[in-house]
Amino acid sequence: MKKVMKFSIYRYNPEKDSKPYMQDYEVALQPTDRMLLDAILRIKALDDSLGLRKSCREGVCGSDGMNINGRNGLACITPIEGLKEPVVLRPLPGLPVIRDLIVDMGQFFKQYHSVKPYLVTHSPTPQKERRQSPEDREELNGLYECILCACCSTACPSFWWNPDKFLGPAALLQAYRFIADTRDELTRERLDDLEDPYRLFRCHTIMSCAEVCPKGLNPTAAIGKIKAEMVKRMV
Amino acid sequence: MVKRIVVGAHYGLRDWLVQRVTAVIMALYAVLALTWVLIERPADASAWQHGLHGRGVRIATFLFVLSLAWHAWIGLRDIFMDYIKPVGVRLACEVLVIVALLAQVLWAAEILWG
Repeated sequence: MKKVMKFSIYRYNPEKDSKPYMQDYEVALQPTDRMLLDAILRIKALDDSLGLRKSCREGVCGSDGMNINGRNGLACITPIEGLKEPVVLRPLPGLPVIRDLIVDMGQFFKQYHSVKPYLVTHSPTPQKERRQSPEDREELNGLYECILCACCSTACPSFWWNPDKFLGPAALLQAYRFIADTRDELTRERLDDLEDPYRLFRCHTIMSCAEVCPKGLNPTAAIGKIKAEMVKRMV
Repeated sequence: MVKRIVVGAHYGLRDWLVQRVTAVIMALYAVLALTWVLIERPADASAWQHGLHGRGVRIATFLFVLSLAWHAWIGLRDIFMDYIKPVGVRLACEVLVIVALLAQVLWAAEILWG
């Protein structure tokens, strides 16, 4: 059984095109094609000029984030079944387009690096390891799983308006991941750094981030917990 | 001129908290005021004047006006920060809003106690 599927894909090659345009494709799918990425690779076989990123094809590397029928997601874990045709594919919104579906993630990773996404300790290193109780470890669930695909930050209007100043949901989720870690000893500085009208407080809790996260994480809740920590130390 | 991104104003939490507290004050006042209107059904200006006569009512109403102004200031500044990029224009808008809100608060005080 062969199914033909219709696509409309954003194309832009700055070396050739004066402006972006949408290109229509019709592609015959094989019975083994389950996910959107399978279909895109069929298109890529027909037209190898189409640019996209992909790697693990199982929702772990986070490289094939794109806007699918108006909603950010990972092509490799979006089932073909149920997609409205023509399937409209665009690059992640709000980031500069390098080519076709490939965006420049520089700004996104700059914000991520700025939250110091690693454990910082001052106390002497213990002989074996820094211990953590199972209850304290529990708090990191829903935080450490982030794969940095940028689906959340590029779905956030606050990130669209101020990508250079507002950290965005992905970086804020990681900020809380280290604030919440009982082994980390930089909590005060981390909170000081986020006490800022732009870096944290551009978030107006509209929850687009939690809505689109392909891993089912909730950055809005993490942002709420950062604010709660700040209130706790202030009052 | 060097194009540099500057952040680190070290405020935000207090405003965020104030916005929530003022919202609660306004919500409580709105429920009480609406209940009064539904029960008393003030038909003319003298009925309204009578309703706003007590000291407690005046203080509560003024607290509502203050909350409204403070809440509006934070909300409008948020909108300016998102949409007005030139710093000079933004500052001018913010000053205008502060002056207008302060004038309205003073006007409300005059109406309540004048």
